[in-house]
Amino acid sequence: MRGHREAIGVAVVVAALIVAPLGQGNYIAYLLCSWLMLAIAAMGLNLTLGYAGRISLAQASFIGIGAYATSIVTLAHYPWVLGMAVGVVLCFVVGLLLGFPALRVRGHYLAFVTLAFNSLFFLVARNEDWLTGGTYGLSGMPRPRIGPVSTSGQLAFYYFTLAVALLAAVVLRLIVRSPWGRAFKALRENEVRAESLGLDVRRLTLLAFAIGSAYGGLAGAIEAPLVQYIDPGSFDVVQSLSLLLMVVVGGLGEFWGPVLGSAVAVLLPEALRVTAAYYLMLYAIAVILLMTRCPGGLIGLARRIAARPARRRGAAVS
Amino acid sequence: MAQFLQVLLSGLATGSIYALAAVGFSLVWQAAQAVNFAQGEFVMLPAFLVLIGEHWLHWPLWAALLFGFALSILLLGLAFKRLIVQPFGPDGGLPLVIATMALSILLKEAVKTFYGAEAEPFPSLLPNGTFHVGGAVVSVRDVLNLLAALAVVLLLTLFLDRTKTGRQMQAAAQNPGVAEILGVDVARMTLYAFLLNAALAAVASFLITPVYLAKFSNGESLGIVAFIAAIIGGFNRIRGALVGGLLIGVLDNLTATYVTLSYRAALPLVLLIAVILWRPQGLLGDEEARIV
Amino acid sequence: MTSPHLSVRGVFKRFGPVVAVNDVSFDVAHGEILGLIGPNGSGKSTLFNCILGQTAPDAGSVEVDGRRVTGSRACDLSLLGVGRTFQQLAVFPGLSVLDNIIFAAQEHRGGMLGRLFMRPDAGLTEEADRMIEFFRLGAVRNKLAGDISYGQRKLVDAAMAFMAGPRLVLLDEPAGGVNPTMLAELRERLLTYNREHGTTFVVIEHNMDFVMSLCGRIMALAEGRIIADGTPEEVRAEQTVIDSYLGG
Repeated sequence: MRGHREAIGVAVVVAALIVAPLGQGNYIAYLLCSWLMLAIAAMGLNLTLGYAGRISLAQASFIGIGAYATSIVTLAHYPWVLGMAVGVVLCFVVGLLLGFPALRVRGHYLAFVTLAFNSLFFLVARNEDWLTGGTYGLSGMPRPRIGPVSTSGQLAFYYFTLAVALLAAVVLRLIVRSPWGRAFKALRENEVRAESLGLDVRRLTLLAFAIGSAYGGLAGAIEAPLVQYIDPGSFDVVQSLSLLLMVVVGGLGEFWGPVLGSAVAVLLPEALRVTAAYYLMLYAIAVILLMTRCPGGLIGLARRIAARPARRRGAAVS
Repeated sequence: MAQFLQVLLSGLATGSIYALAAVGFSLVWQAAQAVNFAQGEFVMLPAFLVLIGEHWLHWPLWAALLFGFALSILLLGLAFKRLIVQPFGPDGGLPLVIATMALSILLKEAVKTFYGAEAEPFPSLLPNGTFHVGGAVVSVRDVLNLLAALAVVLLLTLFLDRTKTGRQMQAAAQNPGVAEILGVDVARMTLYAFLLNAALAAVASFLITPVYLAKFSNGESLGIVAFIAAIIGGFNRIRGALVGGLLIGVLDNLTATYVTLSYRAALPLVLLIAVILWRPQGLLGDEEARIV
Repeated sequence: MTSPHLSVRGVFKRFGPVVAVNDVSFDVAHGEILGLIGPNGSGKSTLFNCILGQTAPDAGSVEVDGRRVTGSRACDLSLLGVGRTFQQLAVFPGLSVLDNIIFAAQEHRGGMLGRLFMRPDAGLTEEADRMIEFFRLGAVRNKLAGDISYGQRKLVDAAMAFMAGPRLVLLDEPAGGVNPTMLAELRERLLTYNREHGTTFVVIEHNMDFVMSLCGRIMALAEGRIIADGTPEEVRAEQTVIDSYLGG
């Protein structure tokens, strides 16, 4: 029953996403692309933090790794798919390595280790001019071609991004619906107990980081041809922080949380037509209030509201 | 040798200011198990409060300083505790961490929007100028900064160890349950820790801003350096945080001068990762002090 | 004479100056229910942790079915058919009762990569439902484990320990905090399970009535050493055991 309702909901949203940019300017299509791109990265972070319970403040650096890899490969006239694959695999491996600290420390200690990693990435991107273009960054990345079709138009690139995002969502859905999803949650809820039931905690923790980071890399592979200009500043700690807020605002461990959270961060200010600075302040206040009242995020809040009349009904029966 | 002495001294001067922020960080952690991700912004803000007194209200510098100090304690001490930390109860966990992250965004954006995004000069409270020691050119301000910061930490340590209130604060932080039974007003002692943190942040702000100019984004690097200093020192030790701060200030300057300028910021980060992974109790902490 | 199911040889563990487990050796036969009693701090839990791979002993060895497992990780022991419950409740509060119980066996199905491609329930729903029925948890099957009563969570905890079909289960104070009605039920369920499956139990317990009526053999520990080993009647009569509880 609930599964059906969700399927209908998803179908409606996908249909809406297909027609959304039609008749709108390039800017709207661009905006929707950045939203989908961030949603992919936030989905990955949600796997690491929301499902497996391991905080990471390094997600922006993985977008960076994916974006630089894609840029370097496509600027050398190799196809986008190759660049994307290099970026995703690189992120998977680096994410695996970043998972090792998570085997030793938790909570804010892990937050600061990953934050330090992001800062180190920033320094490397800024200083290694020969590879990354340093502070000047890289620009002029071509948009991918799919067979005879070029995605250089904003609308075409939007549909390309939408397809990649949907594919990424489906794969993640399959992962969290498989026994792995239950294992990730068990890892989050009680690691010692999970291990006593046969879970290889070490391997799964590393995988949680590796897969989450690979999603960051995929987002980067979209960002490079979308913005067609990248510099170290796009991937600093502030970006990681804002991705973390997206995941939390949407709802930790909720599958659609990151999609909603990134929409609140990217699309809502446009819809409300407020200036970015005021919006950020309001957003920050809203996050603080949300955390004190409902740490489950917006989806948690919706669930709570939905459950309230049911409980009242239940009370009337008993 | 002369250059080394110069580098060492200016490192100690910056490091002592990091230490102030780190000590405050540790105090709040001890008292309320709250990791404040906005600590950097706590050091950024007081300078702007002074600038508001000076430029908007046209007050003399001393009045603006008093105003900035008092308002800092009110906002970053009292309001921070009552409005942000307290609603989360005794164990805030991740939601509290997220809330302090949001607070850091709020403070930064508020300063940027309402005061300005440009770096502003900040009046120096200490005399400029230099003097020579054995061929080394030593800045008077560096020496005075260092002495001022050390004096503040010394006073704080004396207060915590020698006064009744100070000892009650320590008891309340170490074991609130037992302290409560012994008649300590734990809630009040926790509040003191927040107020002291705000005061330390304000002092750090007034000392460091003349050197780096006042800018809304100043807190970004300061916050992480303060945490690194606190971690290296053992997280819940005042003296540890002091040593951690000084160590980072000196290492940072030494790296910049003798090893690499472009990667100077990397050293404290690598140090942080190494310390957390191999000695989470800190370089100076002992096994019992570990609170992971 | 058949080989023992669990064999502990000369296990020694110290924490700083304190010797928690002092050269402890014993065997447990297949299908036996062994009770482990002793005052607080007598080393029962440390001994458990040494057996289960949570703590590395300083000396000595642990064998399961003649296979040396000293220093193995807890997950490897689980795969060897050793289950456990914890003194503190250890369910996954954010998972449903059904998911808790399914999880308890899914890691024993296939390889890690293979599980990624299995059906969401890893084909375990039927088995989990049998376990739910066995522990009479049907009414709370789809509730979150964090939302059910303490006694029910205790049963979920036990169901999880049995779900993977372990041949040896170590229970750490199963009766702690459980009300008398629930306690009788728990004992009856454990005895039934032992009779039906021949599973070996080692039980740490403070509740004397519970442990005496559940176990066929009792071992008493004091200050890290075994001071008595025999039938409940024998141990109850042993003066050193009475002294260790009363004299502290």
